[in-house]
Amino acid sequence: MKYVTEYRDASLVRSVIDEITRTVSRPWTLMEICGGQTHAIVRHGIDQLLPPEIELVHGPGCPVCVTPLELIDRALIIASRTDVIFCSYGDMLRVPGSGRDLFSVKAQGGDVRVVYSPLDAVKLAQKHPEKQVVFFAIGFETTAPANVMSVLQAQRLGLQNYSILVSQVRVPPAIRAILSSPTNRVQGFLLAGHVCAVMGYWEYPPLADEFKVPMSITGFEPLDIVQGILTNVRQLEAGQVDVQNAYTRAVTREGNQVAQKSIDKVFMECDRKWRGIGTILVSGWCLRPEFDRFKAEKRFDVGEIHTEESLVCIAGQILQGLKKPHDCPAFGTECTPENPLGATMVSSEGACAAYYRYGRVSLQND
Amino acid sequence: MCLAVPGKIVAITDRDGLKMARVDFGGIFRETCLEYVPEAKIGDYCVIHVGFAISLLSESEAKETLALLREIENIEEELGPDPEQAAT
Ligand code: SF4
Repeated sequence: MKYVTEYRDASLVRSVIDEITRTVSRPWTLMEICGGQTHAIVRHGIDQLLPPEIELVHGPGCPVCVTPLELIDRALIIASRTDVIFCSYGDMLRVPGSGRDLFSVKAQGGDVRVVYSPLDAVKLAQKHPEKQVVFFAIGFETTAPANVMSVLQAQRLGLQNYSILVSQVRVPPAIRAILSSPTNRVQGFLLAGHVCAVMGYWEYPPLADEFKVPMSITGFEPLDIVQGILTNVRQLEAGQVDVQNAYTRAVTREGNQVAQKSIDKVFMECDRKWRGIGTILVSGWCLRPEFDRFKAEKRFDVGEIHTEESLVCIAGQILQGLKKPHDCPAFGTECTPENPLGATMVSSEGACAAYYRYGRVSLQND
Repeated sequence: MCLAVPGKIVAITDRDGLKMARVDFGGIFRETCLEYVPEAKIGDYCVIHVGFAISLLSESEAKETLALLREIENIEEELGPDPEQAAT
C-alpha cells in the first residue's frame, strides 16, 4: 500500500538504526509522546534494536489513559439511563471506572454503542429523536476536529437530543508539566505526528528553547519512528536545541488551519485533570458558553461523584516517563487486559497493554 | 486512536451538507469527512483520523524523505561492514 509499505522496509529501517548507532556517543533518554508510537515501537521491537545508549520512555499521549476517573464514572452513570444512547470510541469500553466499566453497563442493558466517527453519533441522534444521544468526546488535538464538527453538524441540523461529554487534552501543556518536574529524565522528545498534522508545530520551539530540549516531529511507521529518533539524536549530539520535522509528508509548520478555526469556534482553553497525573493548568479544551446546550454535564445532573482509584496502579508515573510497565507489581499478574486495574492496560495506545501484548513481561535488559 | 492510517480518496459525495468521501484503506472502504481538507480531490491520499481527513499527504515530501534515507543505506554499502562489529 502506498505510503505504508515503503515505510516498513526492514533493510532501510536497519540502515537508519545503524546510523543512529554511529551517531550516538553517550546515553540519551527520549520520550515518544504518543501511545500509538509506543505500540509501534514495542510491536516492531525498535526499542530492542536501538543502541544501548538510547532509552525510550513512554509519554502521556494515550487519550483513554488520561481521561480522569471522575469523568468515566460520570459517563457510566449517564450511560445507565434508559433514555440515553451512549456513544464512545471502542477503546473506552473496558476502561475501569470506580468498580465497573462501560462494557458492564452495556451488559446490564444500557444502550452503549461503539462508533468509529462522532458523525455516527450525530446520525444516531437524527434516527432516534425520542432518545438522548451522548458522545464521549475524549482525545488529544487529533480528535478535536472530529468532535467539534459533530457539534457544528448537530447545531446545523437543529438536533435537540445530541450532547457531548468532553475530555479534550493537549500535548504542549503536558510536555511543560513533564519538563518542569524535578524528577524529569527526558532529554529529547519525539512529537506526535498527527497532533502536529492538526495543530502544526509553531507551539513547540518556545518550549524547546525554554527547557533546552530538542524535539523531532515523528510519524507512525517503523521507518518514520527511527527517522524521528535519528533526527533527535543528531540534535542532541550536536547540542542543537530546536524543533525539526521528520514527518514532512503529513505535517506543516502551520498545521491544518481549517481544522484549527473550527476547534477555536467551538472550544476554549480550560484546566484539565489527567488520570494518575493530576490537574494541569490550561491543558485542555471545553465547550464555549455559546455551545452550552451541547454539554452533557449540563443536561444530566448526576450529583456528586466519589471516585475510587486502584491503589497499586502506577500508570500515572508510567505516563510521565518515570516508570515502565514491568516496574508495576501488578503487571501481568493482578492486572491483565482481561482484568485491568488501570486504563493503560486496556487502551490500544496504553504502554502496559503494549508490553503485555508483545511479551515484554520479563525483559531484563530494559 | 492516533494511529491514523493513510487512505486514498476514490469518490466524493455530500451528506447533510458535509463534504464526504469514500476512502480506500488497501481494500477496506470507509466513509470519511473531507471538511478539513477542502482542496482534496479523487486520487489524493490523506491521513484519516476517527472518520475525518486531517491532512493531505505530500507525494514530493514523501519521495524526498525516502531519497534521504536511502542515501544512508548507500553510504553504508560503500563503507562496508562495521569493523567493530566484524571483530566481535
Ligand atoms: S500494569 Fe495495570 S496496575 Fe500496573 S500500572 Fe499498568 S494498568 Fe496500572
